[in-house]
Amino acid sequence: MTAALMLELRDLSKSFQLHHLHDARLNVLRGLDLRLHAGECVALSGPSGAGKSTLLRVIYANYRPTLGAVHVRHGERWLDLAKATPHEVLDVRRHTLGYVSQFLRVIPRVPALDIVAEPLLQAGMDEQQARQRAGDLLRRLNVPERLWPLPPGTFSGGEQQRVNIARGLIARRPVLLLDEPTASLDAQNRNIVAQLLAEARAAGSAVLGIFHDEDMRDRVATRLFPMQTLEAA
Amino acid sequence: MAYNFAFLDEDTKRMLRRALLKAVAIPGYQVPFGSREMPLPYGWGTGGIQVTAALLGPDDVLKVIDQGADDTTNAVNIRRFFSRVAGVATTEHTADATLIQTRHRIPETSLREDQILVFQVPEPEPLRTLEPREAETRTLHALADYGLMHVKLYEDIAQYGHIATSYDYPVLVDGRFLTSPSPIPKFDNPKLDRSPALMLFGAGREKRLYAIPPYTRVESLAFDDHPFEIQRWEQQCELCGSGDSYLDEVVVDDRGTRMFVCSDTDFCSGRRMEAQA
Amino acid sequence: MSALLQVRGVSRLYGSRIGCEDVSFDLHPGELLCIVGESGSGKSTLLNTVAAQLAPSSGSVQYRQRHGGWLDVGGLSEADRRRLAREEWGFVTQNPRDGLRLNVSAGANVAERLMALGQRNYRQLRDIARGWLERVEIDPTRIDDAPTSFSGGMQQRLQIARTLVTQPRLVFMDEPTAGLDVSVQARILDLLRRLVNELGLAAVMVTHDLAVARLLAARTMVMQGGRVVETGLTDQILDDPQHPYTQLLVSSVLTT
Repeated sequence: MTAALMLELRDLSKSFQLHHLHDARLNVLRGLDLRLHAGECVALSGPSGAGKSTLLRVIYANYRPTLGAVHVRHGERWLDLAKATPHEVLDVRRHTLGYVSQFLRVIPRVPALDIVAEPLLQAGMDEQQARQRAGDLLRRLNVPERLWPLPPGTFSGGEQQRVNIARGLIARRPVLLLDEPTASLDAQNRNIVAQLLAEARAAGSAVLGIFHDEDMRDRVATRLFPMQTLEAA
Repeated sequence: MAYNFAFLDEDTKRMLRRALLKAVAIPGYQVPFGSREMPLPYGWGTGGIQVTAALLGPDDVLKVIDQGADDTTNAVNIRRFFSRVAGVATTEHTADATLIQTRHRIPETSLREDQILVFQVPEPEPLRTLEPREAETRTLHALADYGLMHVKLYEDIAQYGHIATSYDYPVLVDGRFLTSPSPIPKFDNPKLDRSPALMLFGAGREKRLYAIPPYTRVESLAFDDHPFEIQRWEQQCELCGSGDSYLDEVVVDDRGTRMFVCSDTDFCSGRRMEAQA
Repeated sequence: MSALLQVRGVSRLYGSRIGCEDVSFDLHPGELLCIVGESGSGKSTLLNTVAAQLAPSSGSVQYRQRHGGWLDVGGLSEADRRRLAREEWGFVTQNPRDGLRLNVSAGANVAERLMALGQRNYRQLRDIARGWLERVEIDPTRIDDAPTSFSGGMQQRLQIARTLVTQPRLVFMDEPTAGLDVSVQARILDLLRRLVNELGLAAVMVTHDLAVARLLAARTMVMQGGRVVETGLTDQILDDPQHPYTQLLVSSVLTT
């Protein structure tokens, strides 16, 4: 039985035009095609500057594609995120597309536990249960309970990263985008993340990720997608 | 120099009567009018006097009271003024009067359909202390936007434990206009509700008239759990024994001895005469 | 889900001077839209025009009422405008002193809109007011204090309580944290973020601060010289600005 197609990129290109630097143009992606199926974990590979992070951000609609299509299976429909309205994109992000960025964006005053619980609260879960689940996941990721009521601004890089991962994985998303999720983690915690990804895949999620650590990549990836740096225009 | 009947010229009376008709047609609504120079300064009842002057006819019987009494300086002066310029009969008996001009009280004796009560009003705008801008209060009345008054009542309860307004207590006339009943004690507010008499209000300095026609619904504002209540005394009137009229507290000597007597002098003397008979 | 507010081609001129020109957007329930721009960009003019405080010179603003009917905001009578402001909308002004009654207690400030809607039970009004003071992190024992004794940040939080107590469907906010100390600002932004989520508010907020847009708004509109130069998802506009002016704004922001 072939797994369901969840994400399809067609002829995807991305350039940046820097108006205040004499209109310099940075070409990062050109003519990319990619198909991602449920249960897969595709690892983007290639040198620094190849556009791996950029690609994830384009898929998440954090960057606007210059050309091409980003088709995502959203419930029963297919939506091209390159042409979707902000309203539609927000709906896709809320239910279908998850993204774990490289660095945690810190909001002042909000405790780590609440940051992790938020996706569940937005999905309508009651507060008590959401906090419970958040705590369980943080515990699993070895974030000590004494840190839970604190805003993560003062945490170490590794602790912040684990909060970020917990927030990204706590609610089931059919498509998951991960940008260097284990960069600051030790071996034990990398194992735990690998387990979490395996569980997500087993539940039917499609994963697209960047893993700097080759060991980690070999463990979690079902397929590689190699990328190359474009020549500057 | 001979004055026109009741001092004012006929055109001025016509202007006042037109304004009064408007006022009666829209119960509780403040009608602007061209207030005239009167032989008393502002603050001494010029509004009430102009209304009375516009209404008096040769057959009227006029009573004038000030804080319920016929014999204070102001009441005496105004009564004498009208007897000079209109030659009308005057009386101290509420039941005998066809027109009663009053400052700050409603007579205890129930009024009849053939009587008119004219109130002297210092500040016709019930919202003035809360909203100083005239343009704004006019808009609030036009839109029946009276939340501000409830804010004031809320503040009273928060500050004093009860609504602290004891006179000039705001009322809603005919379910529509928020109105100042003039500085009568709240004790008198129930008398406004569905009174058989016509009640007219004149503010000379502020140049406004308003009216409560006979048998109009008048409700005093309150909260559900802090309902409107009138004042009560433990004492009774020492002169006539009344237990349900508005009592004045009078200091009678230098040692601070006090006694409580009816504020409505006619009511009190009437009861005393009945008791003697 | 159907839109709550439809703005089409709205312009507001001051004589020949352009306040804002040809602005269009939709707003859905539960959405917060930020209008970002520098002084003179027309953002406040736009906000005031959409919020029916100014009449548009051209274009239309349509609002879908609670009971479902569409209302042409630009053509409202004063009576209807006030009714709308009282029953379904809220407006948080930049300076809390413009949106509060300073000579009346904090409790009365919070209770006023409820009383205007017909609430007549004193005890209940007080309980609701106390609850809201707690929600905006003002000590509820200060319910009888006048706001003149409050700090600027407290006054602004009181204004927020006063505005949101009637759970308006649509809230307009004009630079609600401008001029406040950074720590105070953080507290109020956190409060707004939580309340917007809890109450599912639709809101339009004007700010010159991109970080505020990032924190609170899913969608942002960038204005310059009275026109919208870029509009879309907040994170997209801030991370991948297309328009030269947006790129300039984003690159000008200092980071700690």
